[in-house]
Amino acid sequence: MSSPNGSPAAAAPAAGLNGTTSNGKPARQRETVDAVTIRFAGDSGDGMQLAGTQFTNTSALAGNDIATFPDFPAEIRAPAGTLAGVSGFQVHFSASDIHTPGDALDALVVMNPAALKTNLKDLRPGGILIVNTDNFGVSDLDKARYKVSPLEDGSLAGYRVVRTPVAKLTREAVAEFKLSPKEADRCKNFFALGLVYWLYERPLDVTLKYIRDKFAKNPQYVNANTAALKAGYNYGETVELLPVQYQVAKARIEPGTYRKITGNEAAVLGFVAAAQLANKTLVYGSYPITPASPILEGLAEMRRYGVKTFQAEDEIAAIGVALGASYGGAIGITGTSGPGVCLKSEAINLAVMTELPVVIVDVQRGGPSTGLPTKTEQSDLLQAMFGRNGDSPVAIVAPQSPVDCFDMAFEAVRIATRFMCPVFYLSDGYIANGSEPWKLPQVDRLPRIKIDHPTEPNDAGWAGPGHEGGGETAKGEPAAGGKFLPYRRDDVLSRPWAVPGTPGLEHRIGGIEKQDVTGNINYEPANHQHMTDTRWRKVENIAGTIPDLAVTGPADAELLVVGWGGTYGSITTAVERAQRRGLKVAQAHFRYLNPMPKNTEAVLKRFRKVLVPELNTGQLAWLLRAKYLVPAEGLCKVQGKPFLVSEIEAAIEKALA
Amino acid sequence: MAATTTLPTLKPDDFKTDQEVRWCPGCGDYSILAQMKKALAALGTPREKIAFVSGIGCSSRFPYYMNTYGFHTIHGRAPTFATGLRLANPELQVWVVTGDGDGLSIGGNHLVHALRRNIDIKVLLFNNEIYGLTKGQYSPASRPGTPSKTSPGGSFETPVRPLSVALAAEATFVARTIDLDVQHMVGVLQRAAAHKGSAFVEIYQNCKIFNDGVFEYATDKSVKADNVLYLEHGKPMVFGKDRSKGIRLNGLKPEVVTVGRDCQVDDLLTHDEAADEPTLAYLLSRFAHDTAKDAVDPYPEPVGVYRAVRRPTYEELLDARIDAAVARKGRGKVEELFAAEDVWTVQ
Repeated sequence: MSSPNGSPAAAAPAAGLNGTTSNGKPARQRETVDAVTIRFAGDSGDGMQLAGTQFTNTSALAGNDIATFPDFPAEIRAPAGTLAGVSGFQVHFSASDIHTPGDALDALVVMNPAALKTNLKDLRPGGILIVNTDNFGVSDLDKARYKVSPLEDGSLAGYRVVRTPVAKLTREAVAEFKLSPKEADRCKNFFALGLVYWLYERPLDVTLKYIRDKFAKNPQYVNANTAALKAGYNYGETVELLPVQYQVAKARIEPGTYRKITGNEAAVLGFVAAAQLANKTLVYGSYPITPASPILEGLAEMRRYGVKTFQAEDEIAAIGVALGASYGGAIGITGTSGPGVCLKSEAINLAVMTELPVVIVDVQRGGPSTGLPTKTEQSDLLQAMFGRNGDSPVAIVAPQSPVDCFDMAFEAVRIATRFMCPVFYLSDGYIANGSEPWKLPQVDRLPRIKIDHPTEPNDAGWAGPGHEGGGETAKGEPAAGGKFLPYRRDDVLSRPWAVPGTPGLEHRIGGIEKQDVTGNINYEPANHQHMTDTRWRKVENIAGTIPDLAVTGPADAELLVVGWGGTYGSITTAVERAQRRGLKVAQAHFRYLNPMPKNTEAVLKRFRKVLVPELNTGQLAWLLRAKYLVPAEGLCKVQGKPFLVSEIEAAIEKALA
Repeated sequence: MAATTTLPTLKPDDFKTDQEVRWCPGCGDYSILAQMKKALAALGTPREKIAFVSGIGCSSRFPYYMNTYGFHTIHGRAPTFATGLRLANPELQVWVVTGDGDGLSIGGNHLVHALRRNIDIKVLLFNNEIYGLTKGQYSPASRPGTPSKTSPGGSFETPVRPLSVALAAEATFVARTIDLDVQHMVGVLQRAAAHKGSAFVEIYQNCKIFNDGVFEYATDKSVKADNVLYLEHGKPMVFGKDRSKGIRLNGLKPEVVTVGRDCQVDDLLTHDEAADEPTLAYLLSRFAHDTAKDAVDPYPEPVGVYRAVRRPTYEELLDARIDAAVARKGRGKVEELFAAEDVWTVQ
């Protein structure tokens, strides 16, 4: 998010338990830090996503800037305690402006040996390691492939280890509520969360309210989880396992009303807002697929806004319904991930050919094939660009952060309806599931999407067939007056969107090549050339309606770092750090991939070197080289994880060495 | 000005377009096109309120020849586009034109799910038991032994029975008619148009080029009466040249009987298109001329309306959910959209 970088504000008075004043004990050492990165890690059944989300909400409401990264396995419940079943949630919270969920962890909470094993490498030397020691029996160690307990072999010597029997303490804390042992164990995450709240002096009220609302029908659970949370907090307070508490002051953030939002949530709001402001019904056709399903789920909750969601029988039906709805005059959108895009290719081409608006949401994940369903990647760019038969131009936009998902969802609808073409919205698992604070937009400042449907024939002034590079009508005679010409184009080459039901405009469209202007089936050589060229030119005309590519950095920069989509946060942080160290580096980031902004070539050619970090094997670099003949060098990573800032920083240094 | 579409009466020719019809001479599709124009003209729905959506294949060129709204889509997927069109515009009368390859092979999945959901679309499946536009390969509906370019020596696959599939998919309106039985077809099309919900109509359609005469037993006047059973709601199932044959149920097995010799008319099965369960319709959908031809008394193939029941459509149910959501919390406005439970204000 954008806010001026600032030094941490003076430490606020410590908020005590449940927002009350402190308990009168002598204050222990307090250290004020600018930013902290923590991760909760445990078994998929341990409730780590919940603990992380609660910590995030609390931090956001406390006024920090935040960025999160949930990381979970594809299996809903992999065998308990195994390495495959580890689920993690990382939160970066800060007193200044941040763009990523953080590289190295300041604190790590692990609920079992498997979580320790898979996450320890990310903890910085000297970092705080909170270990649930109750799950370190022989079989637990065995499942995590430890021969000797890491708690006993000295391997954790470089960290500040907080050994806590979380399971035992939780059971004691909830003993009076008569839960089954299994139910009691489910409260563990709240105990751990309470402990971390103590460590960072966070108030409990947000989570206490959550517990009250979530378990409203079951007072026993409200009491038990509340007790567990407070017990964790008090445990930190009483036992003094750590000699220090940390404070992260409020960030200096632009005034306004904020909420925390994930990329997928922002996309939901962007699509609904766009449809509302265009005065249109939104029809969303989708087949459940990770990591795009939250958009379908989110839109299903939007019925009172007139949103119609349709859970289709397959990916093809999902886009069929969306495109059929667009034909009918609604805003048709389909959502999926890479494997689903493969299945939608033919229908996307029907939209290209019939020149109907449709938005294809692709929340990218690791591929090819089923690939890494829950892990992030940016490897569908060339698929979106070229993955269809024939010369098949489509528009492509890519949000650069969770918050930007709102704006680009809106843009996708604007472009599709203005230019009568399919638009890809390329998000990715990282920004789709990641969250950050979002300043609520002012409705009156949002752009209106103006859609005009014709109601009258449009052949006035038309000189007859053959004048637009096409051939003759089927019977060779010029059209009679009062005819509707479905492919008669406007100044940007967009065709009229006549809605079935409108008297006098009855017409037929389809996937067969058609004569320009009349839309009649036409196989003539010159016409196909003309139509192919026209479809490309129309998409290129979009460039006249999008912002220039912005460059940030010193005037004498030698290196340009160019990215697209979800890598914005990591790249920006790396470039800013390098710039602070005096390196001659600038940054430009693509949110529009097809067409690219008009000044792209001019920007690229101003720099001696171009570095393109992307989470694939070099797809944007490939496009830039092909289109602009620039010596773009890739920094490629396909590990199912976002870039670390340090990785990009190192590449910048190397490029300028 | 464009031809006005609010005439009190429409003529079949009002549905003609300026496009040259490109089916082969003698194709059964010509008859279907003509009967459709007659049926729609008689019903009087304004042209602009009608849309034809098709997939790929000979039959799927149909929309180009109807002066209504038309969408010629991709292979097998027409029901999905038609579904989207209905969601966007519940005022439209939406017809899907498909064939045995388009609707039962590549598009089988969509057909089943559209019928199951009871989307208010009228699906016309032109069944010629062959692939025509790709020039003569066997289809999933080809009867065993059908010779074709891809089935030298005759196909050996078990064919799909379109009406059995539709019934198993919970279709609320299921019917069959024949390209040359023009009066009957007009009646069936009008019934389908009037039905609220998914309507599925199988139309026997002769492919003059690649599968000529496959339905001759049902169209040749000299044998037709013995091979076709005209279904009429509430009437006993009687057929045959002299209307002496009938269908009787023996346990779970229907049998062909001679009225007067084997039983009386009262002993025959009575057709009930509105039955709660589709069991009877399913039994009828199994009557196949070809597989029973060696039988002493071969089954006639029933035509007409097998099943017509009312069940809420998908669109009605979805709209009801939307209305309920609006009733609970009011019609959503964009101003309320961004609020969330946990918001905070920075001064």
